[in-house]
Amino acid sequence: MAKQALSGLKVVEYGSFVSAAFCTKLMADLGAEVIKIEEPKRGDESRDYGPFPDDVPHPERSGLFLYLNTNKLGITLNAKTTTGMSILERLLQEADVFVENNPPKLMSEIGLDYVKLKELNPRLIVTSLTPFGQTGPYRDYKAYPINCCAVGGVSQSIGHYWREPLTMPLSHGHYQAAVSGALGTMVALLARDVTGRGQHVDISETDVWATYHVGFGITIYAFGVKDNLRKGYIGGGWTYPARRVIPCKDGYMALCAPQLKQWVKFVELMGNPEWIQDPKYRERHAMEDDYPEEVDALLTPWFLERTKKELFELFEKNAIPFAPLYNMEDEVNDVHLKERRFFAAIDRDETGDLKYPGAPYKLSKTPWALARPAPLLGEHNEEIYCGRLGYSKVGLVALRRADVI
Amino acid sequence: MAWHPLQGYRVVDFGSAWAGPQMAHIVADMGAEVIKVESRNRIDYGRMGGAASSKELLLKTPEALVAAAPERLELNPVFHLLNRGKLGITVDFTKPRGAELLRELIKRSDVVSDNFTPGVLDRYGLGYESLAEIKQDIVVVSLCFAGHTGPLKGTRGYAPIITALAGLDSVVGYTDESVPCGPNFAYGDHVAAMHGALAILVALIHRNRTGEGQYIDISEWEATTSLLGEPLMEYVMNGRIPGPTGNRDSMMAPHGYYPCKGEGQWVSIAVKTDEEWRNFCQALGSPPWAGDERFSDRYSRLVNQDALDKLVGQWTANYSPREVTEILQQAGVAAAPFLISKEQYHDPHFRERGIFVEVNHPKSGREVFYGVPWKLSDTPGEVRGSGPLLGQHNEYVFKELLGLSQDDFEHLVEEKIIF
Repeated sequence: MAKQALSGLKVVEYGSFVSAAFCTKLMADLGAEVIKIEEPKRGDESRDYGPFPDDVPHPERSGLFLYLNTNKLGITLNAKTTTGMSILERLLQEADVFVENNPPKLMSEIGLDYVKLKELNPRLIVTSLTPFGQTGPYRDYKAYPINCCAVGGVSQSIGHYWREPLTMPLSHGHYQAAVSGALGTMVALLARDVTGRGQHVDISETDVWATYHVGFGITIYAFGVKDNLRKGYIGGGWTYPARRVIPCKDGYMALCAPQLKQWVKFVELMGNPEWIQDPKYRERHAMEDDYPEEVDALLTPWFLERTKKELFELFEKNAIPFAPLYNMEDEVNDVHLKERRFFAAIDRDETGDLKYPGAPYKLSKTPWALARPAPLLGEHNEEIYCGRLGYSKVGLVALRRADVI
Repeated sequence: MAWHPLQGYRVVDFGSAWAGPQMAHIVADMGAEVIKVESRNRIDYGRMGGAASSKELLLKTPEALVAAAPERLELNPVFHLLNRGKLGITVDFTKPRGAELLRELIKRSDVVSDNFTPGVLDRYGLGYESLAEIKQDIVVVSLCFAGHTGPLKGTRGYAPIITALAGLDSVVGYTDESVPCGPNFAYGDHVAAMHGALAILVALIHRNRTGEGQYIDISEWEATTSLLGEPLMEYVMNGRIPGPTGNRDSMMAPHGYYPCKGEGQWVSIAVKTDEEWRNFCQALGSPPWAGDERFSDRYSRLVNQDALDKLVGQWTANYSPREVTEILQQAGVAAAPFLISKEQYHDPHFRERGIFVEVNHPKSGREVFYGVPWKLSDTPGEVRGSGPLLGQHNEYVFKELLGLSQDDFEHLVEEKIIF
């Protein structure tokens, strides 16, 4: 296997569901050794989620779990037992990075707060992914992704202003927290090379939404511009079509043409329909701000006569930046993605040959790689407990009986 | 001054508009010296818009604006936000001497970043191959719409087009409307920026260990699609094409935004386990419908959530979002107010965590920026000032760093190479 950028980095993951798992996946896919700790018997929550092949639920066949946990080693461990905790401590003494997404209160209760971990291993980088972070008045609030979208301000940018706001679906906040967690961890690793010290990386999912994603709204607000972002694309001030979705024959097209020449060319492709002579449809700012639906309706018949593919090719050829709303089938079958080998396949007994979404970046010398599938529950117990920690096979059985692993 | 973890690293940033500049500001916040490259022939479009331009000016190019009203190019706070803490130089690299100056600068740098359409930098001898010849361990991160290979590599697209083509828009929308609405913010740009910054850091870790630099190709489209594992697996496993789910969740009910007292006031509520449901009912004072068979277990609640949503909405309508939050959180139920930017700015959570910071810009005055969302206990980084004026740091970069004499410098300005 080719060398990878994070080869040799030792990561321990102790959490559940999406955020911690995706954060360490980013590292594992670049070569880090990730030991994923799961609760004995039940395992990670994402094992319950699916999708499942042929809709038959099975903890080893959950699409979400399989995708989130590629390239990892999996062990089971009950950290709530004394023995379990001392095993976890041994793993953390050897580790570079510890990624967790448990409630801050729980971490203190079980004795895994940062002060304690720092004593255990001063070089350890502890990355905590939580809804509101380790400080602040909402620290101990219970929250799911939708609640972070609410406070994080991202829902002010999804949906129509005359209706209820929408959440980012599919736990996207967890993914965003995960990417920020990986960023913070990498910075902490670079810092450790100089200082010799580890540190605590505190990631709040809410704060990630409120900054990188919709934080510009604060800057605009400070200048007294629009304060409800659902009323217009990135704060308004753009020309039609700033961001419109128009139905076509077999799906939908997304339109965005900030430059006048792009719009003029598009109108020409439509055959310069008569309505374009109306001064009302020459005011691109008013068209965007005051009556976009009217303009949409004028465009729609032309779109409805054409397919996504036809339209995309036509726009592509004429340098008009409009594109189809791809659905998941379009993604998987897209020729461009195929040529770039975006989807990676992995075969295993439990699921057969499956395609997974692949590299978010192509590093020329240290490529992203899918080397092994997600671990079965406790798949690497023997490798870690016997191979690394020196337990005998008999000892392993005893640990299992005692509900430690 | 505090020590920052990326202090001593130098980045030459060719980014423009959103994703490129945002990627580079992430490393600037951590202490890297980021030098933003523009020229009066190639001004970042990000300088347009916002307070910088009135509607008639928006139709013009930034180059036209230089001639008409150059002071306006220094007034867009969102441009400053995305280019905060950077140095600004103006050099015309379409002229051989300009490209040569940049090569000299890159020799003294660690990272080069750009979000041009593929091929632009290669044309001027500034592509990875040429740069690796003069600076063997350089890290080049090149971010564009569809990546640097493949049949669609030349495709251009703005943020709304990224999320459309990446598949995200197709799953964001109301369940009772036929047209998906997609997110109305530049998600694809932000996702690409963050992945780009991550790739830079990873490549630096590798370089520090091995002395090897590399080229990184990022497709904004792929970066965004890589976050859609769950719906993609649904198609791969079962051939089903997922559509918008509104505020529905496959495991939780009630789950959504519920109306509160006052216009535009909403609260988010999510109930997952039976225990949370019991707490929820109790917090509401055990209304008669709480015992209804239609809501007796998780499955029933999921099946009957339309009816449940109405009842929950009738209750929330009596309170403000913060009152509902207080009542439900006390009972151990997930709830939180829906906030718009203005409300976020004043919210005690963001205040206490210092998420928004103030900076001062020489031309536009006081500005409020988002800070660093990650809290690093030992080396937190910081927003190191507002964005640069056009060519503000020409003297420092060309004279101090590259050692040009005053005469040479003036000559290059005259020749419109430093321009």
